[in-house]
Amino acid sequence: MIEVVLVPFLEAAVRTATPLAFAALGELVAERSGVINLGLEGTIIAGCLGAAVTAAAGGAGAGYIGAAFAGMLMAAIFALFVVTLRTDQIITGTALTMLGLGLTGTIHRSLPTVVDAGAALPTTGPVAIPGLSQLPLVGSVLFVQPLATYALYVLVPLLAWWMTRTHAGLALRATGESPEAAQAAGVSVRRVQWSAILFSGAMGGLCGGTLVLAQVGGFNEGMSAGRGFIAIAIVVLGRWSALGTAGAALVFGGAFALQYLFQSLELALPYQLFLALPYVLTLVLLAALRGRARAPAHLGA
Amino acid sequence: MEILLAFWDGAFGSAFAVWSATLVRATPLLFVGLAVALAFRAGVLNIGAEGQLILGAIGASVVALTLSTSPSVLLIPLMLLAGMLGGALWAAIAAVLRQRFGVLEVISTIMLNFIALALLGWMVRGPLQEPTKVYPMSSTFGAAAQFPFVIPGQRLHLGFVLGLMIAAVLWFVLARTALGFRIRAIGLGARAAASAGGVHAESLSARVFVMSGALAGLAGASEVGGVTWALYEGLSPGYGYTAIAVALLARLDPRWVVVTAVFFGALEAGGAAMQREAGVPAVAVQIVTAALLLTVLALGRWQQLRAARQSTEGL
Repeated sequence: MIEVVLVPFLEAAVRTATPLAFAALGELVAERSGVINLGLEGTIIAGCLGAAVTAAAGGAGAGYIGAAFAGMLMAAIFALFVVTLRTDQIITGTALTMLGLGLTGTIHRSLPTVVDAGAALPTTGPVAIPGLSQLPLVGSVLFVQPLATYALYVLVPLLAWWMTRTHAGLALRATGESPEAAQAAGVSVRRVQWSAILFSGAMGGLCGGTLVLAQVGGFNEGMSAGRGFIAIAIVVLGRWSALGTAGAALVFGGAFALQYLFQSLELALPYQLFLALPYVLTLVLLAALRGRARAPAHLGA
Repeated sequence: MEILLAFWDGAFGSAFAVWSATLVRATPLLFVGLAVALAFRAGVLNIGAEGQLILGAIGASVVALTLSTSPSVLLIPLMLLAGMLGGALWAAIAAVLRQRFGVLEVISTIMLNFIALALLGWMVRGPLQEPTKVYPMSSTFGAAAQFPFVIPGQRLHLGFVLGLMIAAVLWFVLARTALGFRIRAIGLGARAAASAGGVHAESLSARVFVMSGALAGLAGASEVGGVTWALYEGLSPGYGYTAIAVALLARLDPRWVVVTAVFFGALEAGGAAMQREAGVPAVAVQIVTAALLLTVLALGRWQQLRAARQSTEGL
């Protein structure tokens, strides 16, 4: 039972959590600078297409670079509006999500080369880490994963340390709590927010990149499927800390992976129930964790 | 050029294009645009018009399919009511989550949009599927449940007229009544409205949220009753999201929502024609919508800055 059901489920949970964690960690940094990026969904789908196009031309490695670059391009538009022009963050973000979905759909249909799922794009499959992957239970769950997942094992503690223990991390958090005080202390609020948004764009792009290159193997219209919005909820559930965000991403990876688990159990339940599950879970967890977490004081303003 | 010509022909090129394409597409946008305008006026960021529209469509379809033997005079009002109830219920979930549990409505309404899509998918493959169980859709409604056309030979239906009437009522309520004043007051600042105006900001914004959902639900009822005459999955090409642009471009004024809804209806109709005639994907319309939204945001900001500069120059 454990070997047949639980291990594949946990493997799938970690694999599915990977793109979510990329997007959520990026959003975390943006939110700690006081910016809520509802355009994340548009950033992710841009990353998906960027990954598919560059991977088709230059291999999987180039695909990840293309994904990050496409994400940063979308984020730059967002930063131009909300930081430089100081427009409303929520509405600008919504517009950017529409822009991302519209642009990728249009470009995808006019592409001369096929980058759809099943078009034999170069992808990055799971790589077993010698030794560690032999551990009982957690071995294959944690250490037979795509390289992108291993990158997170390094990035998450690094980001946690950077945000809490460095001067730059302090400047970031100060900007999100009180931009006036940060400015008075000599922090360039605009530069901090611009950098934070560009970072979140690169991470959102990489979310799309892992989705295409390590999971689906191609591009489908609208394949981001709300991950940008789920990532924003993950940040709330992770209580605006790097470790918490990574943990919350894993919970959501599990919710998505339940679909595969229940398929393998062949239960007589409508599959739409499992399609809806991650979104229902988001609502339930957000409601249950009420008041436990505190957002950066100046978030969204 | 060829593309633009196809676009123009599809949106305004003939009487058929205007009365059977542009205004038909404008109808759901009118309802959801009013829904978003009302919510935003009260400071409620309802991004969930899409899900509320779907619940409205499900509600109206349930009535149309179960009471199919009733006469039109009874059936159509009941369908509209069921649509409003469906949308209101969906918005109420987000309203309760916001008020009782402090969940941001921006997140909850988007989650509810995805849940509504899954629910619709299940409905058309489960309880509401057509009897042969082949296609993921309901049976076609009986003649009594099909909304009457406004002009003989054209596809424009009752829904558009209803939308115009609601726009007029909403404008009157917002601009000319005490309730409208209170709604606008909480939109400008809930705390100030509560302390200086004695407005129960929390319960009023919850009520506005539910009303907004009911309006979006009407869009769904109007689509199944006036256009598709059946429930199926691809019911809305994202009307609920376009609604945000419709409402903001109208500066949240119900009178202008009529204009912007027709404008975006023309975009949708022209976009569809563009795809048929010139092979340009209809999703390109989303780019135009997003670009317009960003332009409005930037222009609004520029006006603010200019006004601020002028007021300081005067000192």
